[in-house]
Amino acid sequence: MTRMFMKSKKLLTIKTLIVFILISFNFKNISMASTYSEDQTINIAKNLRCLICQGQTIHESNSDFAESMKKYIRGELENGKTNEEIFSSLVEKYGQWIVYDPGISRNTLLLWALPLLLFLIGGAIIVKEIYKKI
Amino acid sequence: MQFLEKTKKSIFSLIILVLLILSFFIFKFALEKEKIYSPKITDNQIYTDFEVTDLIEEKKINFDQILLGKSFYLINIWSSWCEPCKDESDKLLELRKDTRIMMIGINYKDKKKNALNFLKLYGDPFDRIFIDKQGTISINFGAYGVPETFLINEDNKVLKKYIGPLNDKDVYEIKKIINN
Repeated sequence: MTRMFMKSKKLLTIKTLIVFILISFNFKNISMASTYSEDQTINIAKNLRCLICQGQTIHESNSDFAESMKKYIRGELENGKTNEEIFSSLVEKYGQWIVYDPGISRNTLLLWALPLLLFLIGGAIIVKEIYKKI
Repeated sequence: MQFLEKTKKSIFSLIILVLLILSFFIFKFALEKEKIYSPKITDNQIYTDFEVTDLIEEKKINFDQILLGKSFYLINIWSSWCEPCKDESDKLLELRKDTRIMMIGINYKDKKKNALNFLKLYGDPFDRIFIDKQGTISINFGAYGVPETFLINEDNKVLKKYIGPLNDKDVYEIKKIINN
């Protein structure tokens, strides 16, 4: 009787082990199936402006629009789109305003050139002051 | 020397004055500007290569298969829980009378039962209705939420985009575009 009990206990352990291995294999398959990570979604969402909120990124916002946008990003990543492809398709739909890092265009030229211009003017003033003292 | 000092001072105060006037106008126009941001769409072409599910038949179809055979398409994003959508329902019913327009409804984050009840109550202006459970279909159009309306032509070009409920002025504008 004890032997039989021992045998069934051993069988149960083996069965549990098999189930456990199968489950872990399955999990491995699931994680291998998706080629993107949630970090990638967050990274993209952090660089997108929530257009209906004030001063928030898509990542920070819980608005309806932001939640849909996060789902959209996940869907696009699942379809194998790259970050650049996602950004450019959203710029096409919503304009440059949606990205926090707008590309150089006629409208954003001043935005890009101004820091450099101010740096050069500041530098010129400093150089002038130094020469004045010498 | 004193004259030079004086001119220097007056130039300085003039610059300050000009800057003050300039900032006054900047603030004035910025505050008067409408708060809702509506982008200038760089590419007027609407993106149509995605799958949609019909609300009634629950069949999947590619959206570019829908945009066939008519001169104009009016895409309206709506939901049963959206209050302003109720206000614009009679405007949509009026536009539906024009046979040159195909009325396409995008049912945004809604339940089928509630959506059908809404249509029973306020009238069904749509030729086709598709489901947007996740809100991602609307993003394909470049929309923000509900209600939102796009008028597009047979070349899938966005002629007009309306954020918020349609009013009489918008209906008049749409009719004018179609008649031209």
